Amino acid sequence: MIDVVLDRAYFVVAFLLLGIGAHMLIGDRNLVKKVIGMNVFQTGIFLFLIASAYVAGASAPLLTEPGPYVSPLPHVLILTAIVVGVSLTAVALGLIVRIYGEYGTLRADLVGEVDGGE
Amino acid sequence: MSDLPALVVVVPILGALVSLLSGIRWDRGGWYVAAATLAVQVGLAVSLAADAFAGEPGSYAVGGFTPPFGIELLVDGLSASMVVLVAVVALGVLAYARTAGPRSPRFFATYLLLVSGLSGMSITGDAFNMYVFLEIVGLTAYALVASGEGGRPAVAALKYLLVGTFGASLYLLGVGYAYIATGTLNMADLASELAAVGYASPLVRASFAFVVVGLFVKVAMFPLHTWQPGAYAGAPDSVSALIASLVSTVSAYALVRIVLTVFTPEFLEAVSFARPLLAATAAVSIVLGSLLAVAQTEIERMLAYSSVSQFGLVVAALSVSNAAALVGLAVHLVGHAVMKGGLFLASGLVSTGADARTVADFDGLGSRMPVAAASFGALALGMVGVPPLVGFFGKWYVVLGALEAGAWGLTAVILLSTLLTLAYFARLLERMFFRETPEPASGAAVADGAGAPDLAGDGAGDTVPGAADLSTGMYAAVVAAALLAVGLGAAVPAYESALAPTIEVFLS
Repeated sequence: MIDVVLDRAYFVVAFLLLGIGAHMLIGDRNLVKKVIGMNVFQTGIFLFLIASAYVAGASAPLLTEPGPYVSPLPHVLILTAIVVGVSLTAVALGLIVRIYGEYGTLRADLVGEVDGGE
Repeated sequence: MSDLPALVVVVPILGALVSLLSGIRWDRGGWYVAAATLAVQVGLAVSLAADAFAGEPGSYAVGGFTPPFGIELLVDGLSASMVVLVAVVALGVLAYARTAGPRSPRFFATYLLLVSGLSGMSITGDAFNMYVFLEIVGLTAYALVASGEGGRPAVAALKYLLVGTFGASLYLLGVGYAYIATGTLNMADLASELAAVGYASPLVRASFAFVVVGLFVKVAMFPLHTWQPGAYAGAPDSVSALIASLVSTVSAYALVRIVLTVFTPEFLEAVSFARPLLAATAAVSIVLGSLLAVAQTEIERMLAYSSVSQFGLVVAALSVSNAAALVGLAVHLVGHAVMKGGLFLASGLVSTGADARTVADFDGLGSRMPVAAASFGALALGMVGVPPLVGFFGKWYVVLGALEAGAWGLTAVILLSTLLTLAYFARLLERMFFRETPEPASGAAVADGAGAPDLAGDGAGDTVPGAADLSTGMYAAVVAAALLAVGLGAAVPAYESALAPTIEVFLS
């Protein structure tokens, strides 16, 4: 059992990150922490895909290196996904700055109360 | 194949750049650049569709890298319909946005980027490329929702962003599973590779579950719809019309594309949880979406919940997936987009002209704003599914498909949904045409407007307090949507036969 988990340590960590991220995203009342949760959640997915590309004993995918190679495609995909993630974080933080300016708080429940009282 | 498939993605991006640059010298330039770009886009989309419906479904290798290694753009009847729909609706909403919407060049640049993302989602044949376009659509939609004044749009946009990103991430995770199982990302290649791996494989099943649930968030299926009412009600009128009519529609198209092209109907047959997952979500969305819509007092929130219910119908058709249901699905996707966009524009018109934002404010609207009320009424009847309108044909084919497949429960739910849709639109029709305006408003007796659809009428006839803020473009967009809802109904038989080869490919 332990061996099975250790062999797949990267995947275990990836899914722990998914769980932690989802919990923060949904459960936390602080808007900035929600965005951090979103980042952790995405990082879990990135790690999952990168770990899937690993081949035991393989070298980097360069023509000068001897085969077998690790798969380069997931790295390229995740590079794109990281760019998307950074843009999302930027938009989210921009919105949070505006929300803080309007409501003077970062707590989702208080923002909801102000909106409901209008 | 010509370069058209690439151009429908590239042209709006270039337009967005030009629109942004034009704003440096000339503040109102953004709108004109956007209008010119979208006019070109409509032309490109129509010629793309003409090609797609005339000949074989085509494919285009981006950058000359042959599929399955490079990104493939896929053109068939359904994707061409989506590209045309996106271009036409975007142009219509733009006509409305000229006086109504946020007018900054940045707004129009974002608007064009959204159009580009939607066109890209419609024609991509690559599962990861779909994720990238999904996020382009997401990012621009969040920015557009936040373009209104005050704190409420910002809060709605942040909620939309958090939930939407969660959905897109689940989609990416599902694509990751499929990639690990097969080593390919091309949709057509995935279909055969997934079949070779075997549908019993946990990797393939998990991939299906993640992709479908991720797209459910984007389509706004119950209970993953929570971002939608706030986003639609918080956004400026032109933005909510554009997003309500296109973003969920194209996401639903993506769901159809992934389920039918990548996982194929054989997967739905072979895996016991696949069909029930789709059918149960659809049924719950149809019923609860309608009930929540009945409970709303704010018009835009009511329309948002109505979308939850209507997209339940689309997913129901997908869960049945036989020829009749797929025709219904395509007709309903297009019809719903036109009608819901028109309804949001009409509600924007009414809230600008008569300050009517809640159900109670609609009292006597038929006499205060006859053209707007008649258009709203016609579109609402189309949404309920009254025969000559396009809404009827979508539902008709879906019910026909469900009966053919022997899905009695689903048929009952769809028929029930018609009654529920009537429940929340009938009270508006009654208030608009059969009640007096509460206080003696000026010009209350301009026209009796007792249901006579005076669609050809000119907006100048409406004498209302806010009439100065209403432009011909705003009226034209609303009336055009109502006329389209009627006209598309007549085009359904021709569309059905044009779509037949595409559906054959889907089901083979």
